[in-house]
Amino acid sequence: MTEPLLQIKHLRKAFGALVATDDVSLTLYPGEIHALIGPNGAGKSTLIKQIAGNLAPDAGEVWFEGRDVTPLSTVERARAGLGRTFQISSLAMDYTVLQNAVLGALGRRGTVWRFFRPVMRDADLRARAEAALHRVGLMDHAHKRTADLSHGQRRLLEVAVALTLNPHVFLMDEPMAGLGASGSKRLTGFLDDLRHEAPILLVEHDMDAVFALADRISVLVYGRIIATGTAEEIRADPLVREAYLGAEDAA
Amino acid sequence: MSLILLIEQVLNGLQFGVMLFLMAAGLTLIFGVMGLINLAHGSLYMVGAFAAAAVAGLTGSFVLALLASLIAAAAAGALVELLVIRRLYDRDHLDQVLATFALILMFSEGTRWVFGSFPLFLDIPAALAQPVSLPGGILYPAYRLLIIAIGLAIAVGLFQLIARTRIGIQIRAGEADREMIAALGVDISKLYTLVFALGAALAGLAGALVGAIQSVQVGMGEPVLILAFVVIVIGGIGSIKGALVGALLVGLTDTLGGVLLPPLFATFMEASSASSVGSSLASMSIYILMAAVLLYKPTGLFGSTT
Amino acid sequence: MIQRETLINWALFALLPATALIALWMDEPFIITLATKVAILALAGVGLNIALGLGGLVSLGHAAFFGIGGYAMGILASHAQSYAPLMQTPVLIEGTTSMPVIWLVAILASALAALAIGALSLRTTGVYFIMITLAFGQMLYYFAISWPAYGGEDGLSIYVRNGFPGLNTLDPIQFFAVAFVVLAAVLFFAGRLARAPFGLALAAARQNPERVETVGLAPYRLRLVAFVLSGAVTGLAGALFADLNRFVSPTMFSWQMSGEIMIFVILGGVGRLFGPVAGAALFILLEHVLGGLSDYWHVYLGGLLLLVVLFARGGMIGLAAGREVAHD
Repeated sequence: MTEPLLQIKHLRKAFGALVATDDVSLTLYPGEIHALIGPNGAGKSTLIKQIAGNLAPDAGEVWFEGRDVTPLSTVERARAGLGRTFQISSLAMDYTVLQNAVLGALGRRGTVWRFFRPVMRDADLRARAEAALHRVGLMDHAHKRTADLSHGQRRLLEVAVALTLNPHVFLMDEPMAGLGASGSKRLTGFLDDLRHEAPILLVEHDMDAVFALADRISVLVYGRIIATGTAEEIRADPLVREAYLGAEDAA
Repeated sequence: MSLILLIEQVLNGLQFGVMLFLMAAGLTLIFGVMGLINLAHGSLYMVGAFAAAAVAGLTGSFVLALLASLIAAAAAGALVELLVIRRLYDRDHLDQVLATFALILMFSEGTRWVFGSFPLFLDIPAALAQPVSLPGGILYPAYRLLIIAIGLAIAVGLFQLIARTRIGIQIRAGEADREMIAALGVDISKLYTLVFALGAALAGLAGALVGAIQSVQVGMGEPVLILAFVVIVIGGIGSIKGALVGALLVGLTDTLGGVLLPPLFATFMEASSASSVGSSLASMSIYILMAAVLLYKPTGLFGSTT
Repeated sequence: MIQRETLINWALFALLPATALIALWMDEPFIITLATKVAILALAGVGLNIALGLGGLVSLGHAAFFGIGGYAMGILASHAQSYAPLMQTPVLIEGTTSMPVIWLVAILASALAALAIGALSLRTTGVYFIMITLAFGQMLYYFAISWPAYGGEDGLSIYVRNGFPGLNTLDPIQFFAVAFVVLAAVLFFAGRLARAPFGLALAAARQNPERVETVGLAPYRLRLVAFVLSGAVTGLAGALFADLNRFVSPTMFSWQMSGEIMIFVILGGVGRLFGPVAGAALFILLEHVLGGLSDYWHVYLGGLLLLVVLFARGGMIGLAAGREVAHD
């Protein structure tokens, strides 16, 4: 079997008495989509933050491409090739859509210490940014102010910025939220192809998308992973039915 | 250096620190509860001092003068809160800085207009003008001891107020969660005015108490305000305990630095350059202290880390 | 299509030399000096605007760099005046009366100070940053007062204005030309900076630091470099200001000075390239119009500032040109 690109080993994080991440281990292999599901408050966002480097775990390690990245900052992990999208859109709101994408391309290039030549006239950066916008279907809105985008369009821009980075792994926190049925379907098709460029660790509430896309699914409940398996295995798992789907029905 | 001199200087440092605490406590409360940075806090200090000097000049009573400083500063604080400050709570810090800077300009020039540019003098009451002898044969000005006592009493009172009373509960709730406190049915705008006036009264009292040692003049508030900022940076924003610890640290460092550094440098340097290097360094000592705390803990000694 | 703001910018910019030339024609050297003062103070504001407008760093301690620039001029020129070298060992350093050399020293010294102050202050954000920059400014103020070698509280007087090759700097219009050309050059540089890769990343870090981290850029470094550039420009303005007055004193380090530099930026409009020019011009105009009406003109200045902050957040250029629009 090939080596996992991303490997989470026995991660643990507690806030006072609340254990938000309880001995979580996860793997992500090349070419796969590994979905992380769980009811609200299960600790998905806390886990993603620890993987991306925004939050230091109390114990455990994050391995990326065969090395321990636990001590690295968010910036260093991004440079190493971890491409993240946020649950709540995190963009430069005063910028145009294109400027946000160019910012991603600039991050990918890594050298920001240019003080004189206008960045928007840099053909390389622009081409990379426009290509990414084109792929998510935002090219028509390239010159719109980001704050004026709809909620769903902002999610797509998040994905586009991640694309400009050419990451080795995607870390996507609910990219479907707010997209609506047709947008969601379109993005599902897109992610389906994207997994061959780089594998995706996908946190998602849209169960249709999850079951359509995921090679493997892990279920997080109260900070613990109670099951990991294929879509069929997860559907059939009694623990999951009880703890997760049961809770969903009740809600 | 004799032990007696050292103890005297420690007392001076305490006295200075306690005054800084009165300033810093108000600032840190206002920031903690309302999220507001108030540069005009030094103006309220000045208002207190001028009110005290004016009333003392009219009545000759020091107690009335102190009372006047409290009332005048609280009233000025409440007025400013109602007219200007409350429009700033949901603005960014830049707007708060600028608007309160504008208030400083208006307060300072307004005071100059009314009272003129010459400093006023506030006399220490005769009963307190004599030094008292402390155990160990130390003679120390009674008035300065009184300042220390008042400052410590207010510190204790503030801690009690925050820990025990209804207002204190509301203040703590307001620091934790602004929406929750509104949901609890507290009249939030009244609470804000009250907290602001309380902070102002403390600053005004500090101004009056210090005004009797130094002179009462326009611009006296801002150097103290900046020192109070240093105190807050060291102690951690929003923490009354941090304000107290920070204030005493700054007071002692500043006073002892000025006394100890020049002779310290004289032990290995030639006398005249030792005194100039020593006094220059002493003038920077509290900022060096602040830088050290920043390196060690950017959110201050008692600030929350999240 | 030329945007309205661009038009206003050029008009403003042309107004300054026009004023100086008309004053020359009318033989009013005092007005030329005022125009020079506007140019120099605007330069200090352009410096602050790099940190404040572009980087969102509310520094209330920029007087530190203004003062360092001023003292760089004062110290070098006073040594040249007394023919006493600054340092003899290990290398001989003598004073100088050459403006370009003084400018270079002022820029380097204030950049270095900005590096040290910024490295510490930028470990924090928000209110802490404001208070800390204010405190470091005050630290230098007290240092300047207590350091006896260069005049202490009284400051330093320089009897002859420093020289610029080929010019008679004592002639008001020629010194104005020097200050104005420096301002123009720095404005050009600041304008390019805002549109360069660095500017894009820095302004993004102001809007959303998390986003910048996620694309692999460190906000701290971007801000530190911005702070150093900002300090260097304000330091250069300090050197020119000292040359204008032929005098330096600790008041250049005072917190009021920091506040005034910030007022130039705000009155004109934060983040607008020409904002500080408009702001400094208005400030000097007010100082002379209101100052002539009343000794207590700061009351009116405070009131005006309060109105701008509460009701006209875009400053003068914002009022005249309308809301900023996003464009690539």
